[in-house]
Amino acid sequence: MTEPAATLLQVDHLTMRFGGITAISDLSFTAKRGDITAIIGPNGAGKTTVFNCLTGFYQPTVGRLELTHQNGKRFLLERMPDFRIARDAHVVRTFQNIRLFAGMSVLENLVVAQHIALTRASGYAVAGLLHLPVYRKAERRAVEQARYWLDKMGLTASADQLAGSLPYGFQRRLEIARAMCAGPVLLCLDEPAAGLNTRETDELSGLLLDIRKEHGLSILLIEHDMALVMEISDHVVVLDHGACICHGPPAKVRADPAVISAYLGTPEDEAIALTRGSR
Amino acid sequence: MAAADRQRPPFVAMLRDSALAAVVAALLAVPLLGVRLVDNAGGLTLDYRLPLVLYAAAAVFAGRLLLSLAGHFLAPSFRDMTVSLPRMPRNSLIIVGWVLVAAAVLLPWMPFAERNLVDKLTLILIYVMLGWGLNIVVGLAGLLDLGYVAFYAIGAYAYALLSMHFGLSFWICLPLAGLMAALFGVALGFPVLRLRGDYLAIVTLGFGEIIRVVLLNWQAVTNGPNGITGIERPTLFGLSFSRAADGPTFAGFFGIEFSPVHRVYFLYYLILALALMTTLFAQRIRRLPTGRAWEALREDEIACRSLGMNPVTVKLSAFAIGASFAGLAGSFFATRQGFISPESFSFIESATILAIVVLGGMGSQIGIVLAAVLLVGLPEWFRDLSEYRMLVFGGAMVLIMLWRPQGLLSRREPTILLDPKPASAGATVP
Repeated sequence: MTEPAATLLQVDHLTMRFGGITAISDLSFTAKRGDITAIIGPNGAGKTTVFNCLTGFYQPTVGRLELTHQNGKRFLLERMPDFRIARDAHVVRTFQNIRLFAGMSVLENLVVAQHIALTRASGYAVAGLLHLPVYRKAERRAVEQARYWLDKMGLTASADQLAGSLPYGFQRRLEIARAMCAGPVLLCLDEPAAGLNTRETDELSGLLLDIRKEHGLSILLIEHDMALVMEISDHVVVLDHGACICHGPPAKVRADPAVISAYLGTPEDEAIALTRGSR
Repeated sequence: MAAADRQRPPFVAMLRDSALAAVVAALLAVPLLGVRLVDNAGGLTLDYRLPLVLYAAAAVFAGRLLLSLAGHFLAPSFRDMTVSLPRMPRNSLIIVGWVLVAAAVLLPWMPFAERNLVDKLTLILIYVMLGWGLNIVVGLAGLLDLGYVAFYAIGAYAYALLSMHFGLSFWICLPLAGLMAALFGVALGFPVLRLRGDYLAIVTLGFGEIIRVVLLNWQAVTNGPNGITGIERPTLFGLSFSRAADGPTFAGFFGIEFSPVHRVYFLYYLILALALMTTLFAQRIRRLPTGRAWEALREDEIACRSLGMNPVTVKLSAFAIGASFAGLAGSFFATRQGFISPESFSFIESATILAIVVLGGMGSQIGIVLAAVLLVGLPEWFRDLSEYRMLVFGGAMVLIMLWRPQGLLSRREPTILLDPKPASAGATVP
């Protein structure tokens, strides 16, 4: 901790209970500005629940989620409704099962993502209805911004097609492009490589590194593809049964016996040996 | 396998299916056709008409069997038959739109135009405007509203009461009525923010009934079932369309002979202008962030929230703007009729407007015109056959759902193109 602004996200004692089930118990971790932080863990470990708490779709039972912008402005995410987290704190997410506006064109998806800026420019529809130049200029800017991301994601040729008619890999990329058009400070990606083939996954990792470098973005990543996680992340948080069992740089996490046993399971005698060794 | 089936039709299965249908028909026919209450000298007795029940069952049996046979032998299968219209290029739809507008403007001057026709067209245009207004709520924002007629009623009563008590003119009341309806739209919107689909439809249905029942029972304000009579007629810049008035009259000002037809034509042009305003507004707002947010909300509310849109303002703006157009149409209705009562705002009106939107193809402006002509115009012309109206209405709906479930004309145009061609840039489809 050299300077206070180095920490982007500070999660303290996050606990989420659904009735009698504890999905996350007392989870604490930090994500540094400019880092790619990965959250991994077996199925049902509570990874997506962490995302839902961060982006306001769930109200955490206990805990404090503090986000600090570059300019020192702080946001307590657990107290904000979901749309304000995206609008004011600039935390934008993608979804495990892709959520595009399927009946709208690819370009429209990217323009809708710039809703907040465009609504202001359209004078809450008044300037837009009158077709004033101030709105026309803002709309052109929005299209240029969309075109930039279309080019980057290789979607320019499909710009005027329906988003729902795109092949699966394209839809994944479009969802990331849409999130980027919303101008995030922290981008939360929920299994961006799910369902992609090896080549597409390689492209994705190059793309994420590229986005981070060019846009000074911080990324929070849930992923099952270990090769991808180990390749691109700076910091890995491993969850099992809602608790953090290990965190650190990829190399450390990969060698941790608790992580190996959580993923692979362990024969009984080895497990006993492991727990003894760790005590 | 399908080929083998086709060679040897499963007659036994078909017969069994037809027999089952016949039994259902017979069961239904017993209370509907089989018994009749007769008023005899000795009191009420029941008259049994067994043959009718048998006829009905036989008719259903034969029909069902024929349908199965036809479905079996006719390829492609009867069920899969959907009518596909040729895909018209975007520009030709714009041309069709402008031709329709020109025809509507010129029509009263045609030799065949007479008062009756213009009157009927005025009625159709009211429904076209209501359809275009409801389309904002249902077609764009995807909020199924079964109580749209409530806003129409609010607009009508707002004008009638304001003009009666405060002597305000039609032109002042028109925006006020729209505003009033928009306020009620927000008032309805608030409690139903969390509801979607069927649940929303039921609550809006209830809201429509609440408004009607209040109008019916709040005797002191609305004069209950007797309605409000003698509503002031609209003027053209202060020129009255009466034979004699306190101020200048239209006929007197232009030095022409008085004719009651003048008012009919004036009302026609008035509703035409209001309806065109509605569609131009809808076309324009679709291309603005507000309209795109409505469509995005229809597609996926959770994704909208994850991008920073406040679903409350998005939904309420759709309800308010949709409702305000119904309010405008309502005050036009009041000034045209000169008399309103709660009877004019029953659920069947909401159902008709929704049917127009669905039949026309959600989001299609020209489709709604077509559907309004079919659903409102045809029953007006075939008044003699009015006994069969609901039968034809239901039949037509079933056929449309079988053959064109997406509506007569429905093709969504993107609101923005990456590299718009100069030919289609900035044009609007009326």
